[in-house]
Amino acid sequence: MQIDLRTVAIKPLRNTFDHLVERFGDKPASRYQEGSYNIQQEHIFHYRPSWDADRVLFDKKRTKIQMKDWYALKDPRQFYYGAYTITRARQQEAAESSFDMIEERGLAELIPNEQKQIALDILLPLRHVEWGGNMGNAYISAYGYGTVMTQACLYHAMDHLGVAQYLTRIGLVLDGPDALDKAKDDWMSGALWQPMRRHVENLLVLDDWFEIFVAQNLVLEGLSYPLFYDHLDSEFSANGGTAISMMTRFMGEWAGETAKWIDAQIKVAAAESPENKALLSDWVKQYRAVTLDALTPLAKCALGDKAAGVLEDVLTEFNARCAKLGLAV
Amino acid sequence: MSTVFIAFQTNEDTRPIVESILADNPHASLEEQPAMVKINAEDKLVIRRESIEERIGRRFDLQELQVNLITISGHLDEDDDTFTLAWAN
Repeated sequence: MQIDLRTVAIKPLRNTFDHLVERFGDKPASRYQEGSYNIQQEHIFHYRPSWDADRVLFDKKRTKIQMKDWYALKDPRQFYYGAYTITRARQQEAAESSFDMIEERGLAELIPNEQKQIALDILLPLRHVEWGGNMGNAYISAYGYGTVMTQACLYHAMDHLGVAQYLTRIGLVLDGPDALDKAKDDWMSGALWQPMRRHVENLLVLDDWFEIFVAQNLVLEGLSYPLFYDHLDSEFSANGGTAISMMTRFMGEWAGETAKWIDAQIKVAAAESPENKALLSDWVKQYRAVTLDALTPLAKCALGDKAAGVLEDVLTEFNARCAKLGLAV
Repeated sequence: MSTVFIAFQTNEDTRPIVESILADNPHASLEEQPAMVKINAEDKLVIRRESIEERIGRRFDLQELQVNLITISGHLDEDDDTFTLAWAN
Protein backbone atom coordinates (compact mmCIF):
# COMPACT_ATOMS: atom_id res chain seq x y z
CA MET A 1 0.00 0.00 0.00
CA GLN A 2 1.18 3.46 -0.71
CA ILE A 3 0.37 6.61 1.19
CA ASP A 4 0.74 9.92 -0.59
CA LEU A 5 1.43 12.88 1.59
CA ARG A 6 -0.24 15.96 0.31
CA THR A 7 -0.02 19.50 1.61
CA VAL A 8 -3.00 21.76 1.33
CA ALA A 9 -2.45 25.48 1.25
CA ILE A 10 -5.22 27.31 3.04
CA LYS A 11 -5.63 30.90 2.00
CA PRO A 12 -6.71 33.06 4.90
CA LEU A 13 -9.98 34.87 4.25
CA ARG A 14 -8.58 38.05 5.71
CA ASN A 15 -5.01 38.98 6.39
CA THR A 16 -5.34 41.54 9.12
CA PHE A 17 -7.64 43.75 11.18
CA ASP A 18 -10.16 46.08 9.54
CA HIS A 19 -8.50 49.19 10.93
CA LEU A 20 -5.26 48.24 9.18
CA VAL A 21 -6.98 47.26 5.94
CA GLU A 22 -8.32 50.83 5.79
CA ARG A 23 -4.79 52.14 5.78
CA PHE A 24 -2.54 49.53 4.20
CA GLY A 25 -4.92 47.28 2.23
CA ASP A 26 -5.65 43.66 2.96
CA LYS A 27 -2.17 42.25 3.44
CA PRO A 28 -0.36 40.81 6.43
CA ALA A 29 0.61 43.58 8.84
CA SER A 30 3.67 43.81 11.03
CA ARG A 31 3.35 43.74 14.80
CA TYR A 32 4.33 47.40 14.86
CA GLN A 33 1.48 48.29 12.51
CA GLU A 34 -1.00 46.22 14.49
CA GLY A 35 -0.09 47.95 17.72
CA SER A 36 0.20 51.49 16.43
CA TYR A 37 -1.93 52.49 13.46
CA ASN A 38 -5.51 53.76 13.45
CA ILE A 39 -6.04 53.05 17.12
CA GLN A 40 -5.99 56.61 18.42
CA GLN A 41 -9.31 57.22 20.14
CA GLU A 42 -11.28 59.68 18.01
CA HIS A 43 -15.00 59.22 18.59
CA ILE A 44 -17.55 58.61 21.30
CA PHE A 45 -16.30 61.07 23.85
CA HIS A 46 -19.43 61.37 25.96
CA TYR A 47 -18.21 64.24 28.05
CA ARG A 48 -15.63 66.90 27.72
CA PRO A 49 -12.99 66.66 30.40
CA SER A 50 -14.02 68.86 33.31
CA TRP A 51 -10.43 70.08 33.69
CA ASP A 52 -10.35 71.41 30.13
CA ALA A 53 -13.90 71.99 28.98
CA ASP A 54 -12.94 73.67 25.69
CA ARG A 55 -11.43 70.52 24.29
CA VAL A 56 -12.31 66.88 23.84
CA LEU A 57 -10.39 64.21 25.70
CA PHE A 58 -7.79 63.50 23.03
CA ASP A 59 -7.61 66.77 21.18
CA LYS A 60 -5.45 67.57 18.18
CA LYS A 61 -5.37 71.19 19.24
CA ARG A 62 -3.23 70.69 22.30
CA THR A 63 -0.27 71.65 20.14
CA LYS A 64 0.20 74.40 17.58
CA ILE A 65 1.84 71.89 15.25
CA GLN A 66 -0.78 70.59 12.84
CA MET A 67 -0.68 67.42 10.76
CA LYS A 68 -3.15 66.14 8.18
CA ASP A 69 -2.28 62.63 9.22
CA TRP A 70 -0.81 62.20 12.69
CA TYR A 71 0.20 58.66 11.84
CA ALA A 72 2.88 60.11 9.56
CA LEU A 73 4.95 60.55 12.72
CA LYS A 74 5.99 56.93 12.79
CA ASP A 75 8.91 55.47 14.67
CA PRO A 76 11.66 54.29 12.28
CA ARG A 77 12.79 51.82 14.97
CA GLN A 78 9.28 50.30 14.80
CA PHE A 79 9.16 49.86 18.55
CA TYR A 80 6.03 48.28 19.93
CA TYR A 81 5.98 46.93 23.46
CA GLY A 82 7.61 43.60 22.58
CA ALA A 83 10.38 44.92 20.34
CA TYR A 84 11.12 47.74 22.78
CA THR A 85 11.44 45.58 25.88
CA ILE A 86 13.51 42.95 24.08
CA THR A 87 15.96 45.58 22.81
CA ARG A 88 16.33 47.26 26.18
CA ALA A 89 16.64 43.95 28.04
CA ARG A 90 19.54 43.02 25.80
CA GLN A 91 21.22 46.38 26.40
CA GLN A 92 20.65 46.09 30.10
CA GLU A 93 22.37 42.74 30.17
CA ALA A 94 25.43 44.28 28.52
CA ALA A 95 25.43 47.21 30.94
CA GLU A 96 24.97 44.87 33.87
CA SER A 97 28.02 42.85 32.89
CA SER A 98 30.09 46.06 32.68
CA PHE A 99 29.05 47.03 36.21
CA ASP A 100 29.76 43.49 37.42
CA MET A 101 33.23 43.54 35.97
CA ILE A 102 34.00 46.93 37.50
CA GLU A 103 32.80 45.81 40.91
CA GLU A 104 34.47 42.39 40.83
CA ARG A 105 37.86 43.68 39.78
CA GLY A 106 37.74 46.88 41.80
CA LEU A 107 38.26 48.98 38.68
CA ALA A 108 36.63 52.00 40.32
CA GLU A 109 39.58 52.24 42.71
CA LEU A 110 41.95 52.66 39.79
CA ILE A 111 40.24 55.80 38.51
CA PRO A 112 42.36 58.89 39.27
CA ASN A 113 40.74 61.05 41.96
CA GLU A 114 40.40 64.05 39.71
CA GLN A 115 38.39 62.08 37.13
CA LYS A 116 36.28 60.50 39.83
CA GLN A 117 35.46 63.93 41.22
CA ILE A 118 34.38 65.25 37.81
CA ALA A 119 32.11 62.22 37.38
CA LEU A 120 30.57 62.80 40.81
CA ASP A 121 30.15 66.54 40.30
CA ILE A 122 28.82 66.44 36.74
CA LEU A 123 27.27 63.07 35.99
CA LEU A 124 25.45 62.46 39.26
CA PRO A 125 23.26 65.59 39.41
CA LEU A 126 22.26 64.79 35.81
CA ARG A 127 19.93 62.15 37.25
CA HIS A 128 17.60 65.00 38.16
CA VAL A 129 17.73 66.27 34.58
CA GLU A 130 16.78 62.78 33.46
CA TRP A 131 13.79 62.88 35.73
CA GLY A 132 12.69 66.06 33.93
CA GLY A 133 13.04 64.14 30.66
CA ASN A 134 10.86 61.42 32.09
CA MET A 135 8.15 63.89 33.11
CA GLY A 136 8.19 65.71 29.78
CA ASN A 137 7.83 62.59 27.70
CA ALA A 138 5.19 61.15 30.01
CA TYR A 139 3.27 64.42 29.52
CA ILE A 140 3.48 63.98 25.75
CA SER A 141 2.16 60.46 25.94
CA ALA A 142 -0.71 61.64 28.13
CA TYR A 143 -1.78 64.73 26.16
CA GLY A 144 -0.27 64.11 22.73
CA TYR A 145 -2.19 62.91 19.72
CA GLY A 146 -1.48 59.87 17.54
CA THR A 147 -0.46 56.50 18.88
CA VAL A 148 2.70 56.27 16.78
CA MET A 149 3.99 59.36 18.60
CA THR A 150 2.61 58.86 22.09
CA GLN A 151 3.73 55.25 22.50
CA ALA A 152 7.29 56.08 21.43
CA CYS A 153 7.34 58.98 23.91
CA LEU A 154 6.27 56.67 26.71
CA TYR A 155 9.19 54.37 25.91
CA HIS A 156 11.41 57.42 25.80
CA ALA A 157 10.14 58.47 29.23
CA MET A 158 10.98 55.05 30.64
CA ASP A 159 14.43 55.21 29.05
CA HIS A 160 15.09 58.45 30.92
CA LEU A 161 14.35 56.66 34.17
CA GLY A 162 16.74 53.92 33.07
CA VAL A 163 19.49 56.46 32.42
CA ALA A 164 18.82 58.06 35.82
CA GLN A 165 19.23 54.64 37.40
CA TYR A 166 22.55 54.05 35.67
CA LEU A 167 23.75 57.46 36.86
CA THR A 168 22.71 56.53 40.38
CA ARG A 169 24.65 53.32 40.17
CA ILE A 170 27.73 55.18 38.97
CA GLY A 171 27.48 57.22 42.17
CA LEU A 172 27.14 54.07 44.27
CA VAL A 173 30.12 52.44 42.59
CA LEU A 174 32.34 55.51 42.88
CA ASP A 175 31.45 56.80 46.31
CA GLY A 176 28.58 54.93 47.99
CA PRO A 177 25.16 56.31 48.98
CA ASP A 178 26.55 59.63 50.26
CA ALA A 179 27.31 60.59 46.67
CA LEU A 180 23.59 60.69 45.93
CA ASP A 181 22.82 63.07 48.80
CA LYS A 182 25.67 65.29 47.73
CA ALA A 183 24.37 65.33 44.13
CA LYS A 184 20.87 66.24 45.35
CA ASP A 185 22.32 69.13 47.37
CA ASP A 186 24.28 70.33 44.34
CA TRP A 187 21.12 70.17 42.26
CA MET A 188 19.01 72.03 44.80
CA SER A 189 21.46 74.70 45.89
CA GLY A 190 24.81 74.47 44.12
CA ALA A 191 25.42 77.61 42.02
CA LEU A 192 26.76 75.51 39.17
CA TRP A 193 23.45 73.70 38.69
CA GLN A 194 20.90 76.46 39.11
CA PRO A 195 20.71 77.53 35.43
CA MET A 196 20.09 73.90 34.45
CA ARG A 197 17.55 73.38 37.21
CA ARG A 198 15.69 76.51 36.16
CA HIS A 199 15.61 75.29 32.57
CA VAL A 200 14.41 71.81 33.47
CA GLU A 201 11.72 73.25 35.75
CA ASN A 202 10.58 75.65 33.05
CA LEU A 203 10.09 72.69 30.74
CA LEU A 204 7.88 71.03 33.34
CA VAL A 205 5.26 73.76 33.04
CA LEU A 206 4.94 73.99 29.25
CA ASP A 207 1.49 73.34 27.80
CA ASP A 208 2.20 72.54 24.18
CA TRP A 209 3.32 68.92 23.99
CA PHE A 210 5.15 69.28 20.72
CA GLU A 211 7.05 72.21 22.17
CA ILE A 212 8.18 69.92 24.99
CA PHE A 213 9.25 67.38 22.40
CA VAL A 214 11.43 69.97 20.67
CA ALA A 215 12.80 71.58 23.84
CA GLN A 216 13.51 68.32 25.63
CA ASN A 217 14.17 65.61 23.07
CA LEU A 218 15.69 67.57 20.24
CA VAL A 219 17.44 70.52 21.91
CA LEU A 220 18.30 69.53 25.48
CA GLU A 221 19.24 65.97 24.62
CA GLY A 222 20.76 66.96 21.29
CA LEU A 223 23.19 69.29 23.03
CA SER A 224 23.80 67.62 26.38
CA TYR A 225 24.26 63.99 25.35
CA PRO A 226 27.09 64.67 22.89
CA LEU A 227 28.69 66.96 25.48
CA PHE A 228 28.55 64.51 28.39
CA TYR A 229 28.57 61.09 26.78
CA ASP A 230 30.80 61.79 23.83
CA HIS A 231 33.24 64.64 24.51
CA LEU A 232 33.46 64.35 28.30
CA ASP A 233 33.54 60.58 27.93
CA SER A 234 36.63 60.77 25.70
CA GLU A 235 38.25 62.91 28.39
CA PHE A 236 37.54 60.22 30.98
CA SER A 237 39.01 57.53 28.74
CA ALA A 238 42.06 59.60 27.90
CA ASN A 239 42.82 60.25 31.56
CA GLY A 240 42.51 56.82 33.08
CA GLY A 241 38.78 56.81 33.72
CA THR A 242 37.89 54.04 31.27
CA ALA A 243 35.74 52.43 33.96
CA ILE A 244 33.46 55.50 33.86
CA SER A 245 33.07 55.09 30.09
CA MET A 246 32.11 51.47 30.63
CA MET A 247 29.34 52.64 32.93
CA THR A 248 28.00 55.29 30.54
CA ARG A 249 28.06 53.10 27.47
CA PHE A 250 24.29 52.69 27.43
CA MET A 251 23.75 56.46 27.36
CA GLY A 252 25.99 56.90 24.34
CA GLU A 253 24.34 54.10 22.39
CA TRP A 254 20.88 55.15 23.43
CA ALA A 255 21.40 58.75 22.34
CA GLY A 256 22.47 57.58 18.89
CA GLU A 257 19.47 55.30 18.50
CA THR A 258 16.86 57.72 19.79
CA ALA A 259 18.27 60.62 17.77
CA LYS A 260 17.18 58.76 14.63
CA TRP A 261 13.64 58.59 15.94
CA ILE A 262 13.59 62.23 17.08
CA ASP A 263 14.98 63.35 13.71
CA ALA A 264 12.29 61.42 11.88
CA GLN A 265 9.54 63.17 13.88
CA ILE A 266 10.93 66.67 13.35
CA LYS A 267 11.64 66.06 9.68
CA VAL A 268 8.12 64.86 8.91
CA ALA A 269 6.46 67.61 10.96
CA ALA A 270 8.61 70.33 9.36
CA ALA A 271 7.96 69.04 5.84
CA GLU A 272 4.19 69.08 6.45
CA SER A 273 3.70 72.86 6.17
CA PRO A 274 5.62 76.16 6.20
CA GLU A 275 3.78 77.06 9.43
CA ASN A 276 5.07 73.94 11.17
CA LYS A 277 8.56 74.58 9.88
CA ALA A 278 8.59 78.17 11.14
CA LEU A 279 7.23 77.16 14.53
CA LEU A 280 9.72 74.32 14.98
CA SER A 281 12.60 76.55 13.93
CA ASP A 282 11.55 79.24 16.41
CA TRP A 283 11.34 76.71 19.22
CA VAL A 284 14.78 75.35 18.39
CA LYS A 285 16.28 78.86 18.39
CA GLN A 286 14.57 79.77 21.64
CA TYR A 287 15.55 76.63 23.56
CA ARG A 288 19.00 76.32 22.04
CA ALA A 289 20.00 79.61 23.67
CA VAL A 290 18.76 78.73 27.17
CA THR A 291 20.10 75.19 26.98
CA LEU A 292 23.54 76.51 26.05
CA ASP A 293 23.43 78.96 28.95
CA ALA A 294 22.63 76.10 31.30
CA LEU A 295 25.34 73.85 29.87
CA THR A 296 28.16 76.40 29.77
CA PRO A 297 29.03 76.39 33.52
CA LEU A 298 28.84 72.58 33.58
CA ALA A 299 31.12 72.28 30.57
CA LYS A 300 33.60 74.71 32.16
CA CYS A 301 33.64 72.72 35.37
CA ALA A 302 34.05 69.41 33.55
CA LEU A 303 36.42 70.34 30.75
CA GLY A 304 38.28 73.43 31.95
CA ASP A 305 40.07 75.23 29.11
CA LYS A 306 38.66 72.91 26.49
CA ALA A 307 35.06 73.80 27.35
CA ALA A 308 34.60 76.63 24.86
CA GLY A 309 35.96 74.63 21.95
CA VAL A 310 33.93 71.56 22.81
CA LEU A 311 30.70 73.53 23.19
CA GLU A 312 31.32 75.09 19.82
CA ASP A 313 31.82 71.65 18.24
CA VAL A 314 28.64 70.38 19.86
CA LEU A 315 26.73 73.42 18.64
CA THR A 316 28.05 73.15 15.08
CA GLU A 317 27.02 69.51 14.91
CA PHE A 318 23.62 70.30 16.34
CA ASN A 319 23.00 73.12 13.85
CA ALA A 320 24.02 70.88 10.98
CA ARG A 321 21.60 68.23 12.25
CA CYS A 322 18.74 70.75 12.39
CA ALA A 323 19.53 72.06 8.92
CA LYS A 324 19.37 68.49 7.63
CA LEU A 325 15.92 68.13 9.17
CA GLY A 326 14.72 71.10 7.12
CA LEU A 327 14.68 73.67 9.91
CA ALA A 328 15.85 77.25 9.44
CA VAL A 329 18.03 77.84 12.49
CA MET B 1 16.02 32.73 -20.93
CA SER B 2 16.66 31.04 -17.63
CA THR B 3 15.08 31.59 -14.28
CA VAL B 4 16.74 32.25 -10.95
CA PHE B 5 14.87 31.86 -7.69
CA ILE B 6 15.17 32.27 -3.96
CA ALA B 7 12.93 30.74 -1.31
CA PHE B 8 12.33 31.78 2.29
CA GLN B 9 10.33 30.48 5.18
CA THR B 10 7.12 32.42 5.65
CA ASN B 11 7.38 34.35 8.89
CA GLU B 12 7.57 37.80 10.49
CA ASP B 13 11.28 38.14 9.68
CA THR B 14 11.05 37.42 6.00
CA ARG B 15 7.98 39.49 5.16
CA PRO B 16 9.87 42.80 4.88
CA ILE B 17 12.63 41.02 2.94
CA VAL B 18 10.20 39.58 0.42
CA GLU B 19 8.48 42.96 0.14
CA SER B 20 11.73 44.72 -0.69
CA ILE B 21 12.78 42.08 -3.21
CA LEU B 22 9.48 42.44 -5.03
CA ALA B 23 9.73 46.22 -4.97
CA ASP B 24 13.30 46.22 -6.30
CA ASN B 25 12.66 43.57 -8.94
CA PRO B 26 9.46 44.35 -10.81
CA HIS B 27 10.03 41.42 -13.16
CA ALA B 28 10.03 38.91 -10.30
CA SER B 29 7.02 36.79 -9.46
CA LEU B 30 5.91 35.52 -6.09
CA GLU B 31 4.91 31.94 -5.49
CA GLU B 32 3.33 31.30 -2.10
CA GLN B 33 3.49 27.75 -0.85
CA PRO B 34 2.65 26.33 2.54
CA ALA B 35 5.18 27.83 4.97
CA MET B 36 7.41 28.93 2.08
CA VAL B 37 7.59 31.83 -0.33
CA LYS B 38 9.52 31.41 -3.54
CA ILE B 39 10.47 34.32 -5.71
CA ASN B 40 11.17 33.55 -9.36
CA ALA B 41 12.77 35.95 -11.78
CA GLU B 42 14.05 35.83 -15.32
CA ASP B 43 17.86 36.02 -15.49
CA LYS B 44 18.58 38.17 -12.47
CA LEU B 45 17.41 38.97 -8.95
CA VAL B 46 18.96 41.69 -6.82
CA ILE B 47 18.41 41.99 -3.07
CA ARG B 48 19.42 45.35 -1.65
CA ARG B 49 20.39 45.98 1.95
CA GLU B 50 19.11 49.53 1.88
CA SER B 51 15.59 48.70 0.88
CA ILE B 52 15.33 46.05 3.58
CA GLU B 53 16.66 48.50 6.16
CA GLU B 54 14.07 51.04 5.11
CA ARG B 55 11.31 48.57 5.88
CA ILE B 56 12.57 47.21 9.17
CA GLY B 57 13.90 50.48 10.61
CA ARG B 58 17.24 49.12 11.78
CA ARG B 59 20.59 48.11 10.37
CA PHE B 60 20.56 44.87 8.44
CA ASP B 61 23.43 42.59 7.54
CA LEU B 62 22.64 40.75 4.31
CA GLN B 63 23.98 37.58 5.86
CA GLU B 64 20.94 37.62 8.14
CA LEU B 65 19.09 36.36 5.05
CA GLN B 66 20.63 32.97 5.60
CA VAL B 67 18.67 32.39 8.80
CA ASN B 68 15.38 31.97 6.97
CA LEU B 69 16.70 31.00 3.57
CA ILE B 70 15.55 27.68 2.18
CA THR B 71 17.16 27.50 -1.22
CA ILE B 72 18.48 29.49 -4.14
CA SER B 73 19.25 28.87 -7.73
CA GLY B 74 21.65 30.93 -9.83
CA HIS B 75 25.18 32.16 -9.49
CA LEU B 76 25.52 34.16 -6.34
CA ASP B 77 27.36 37.46 -6.21
CA GLU B 78 27.39 38.97 -2.74
CA ASP B 79 28.83 42.12 -1.23
CA ASP B 80 27.93 44.36 1.72
CA ASP B 81 25.11 46.13 -0.10
CA THR B 82 23.67 43.63 -2.53
CA PHE B 83 22.95 39.95 -2.86
CA THR B 84 22.60 39.13 -6.54
CA LEU B 85 21.44 35.94 -8.17
CA ALA B 86 22.04 35.63 -11.90
CA TRP B 87 22.97 33.23 -14.62
CA ALA B 88 26.19 34.95 -15.45
CA ASN B 89 27.13 32.94 -18.49
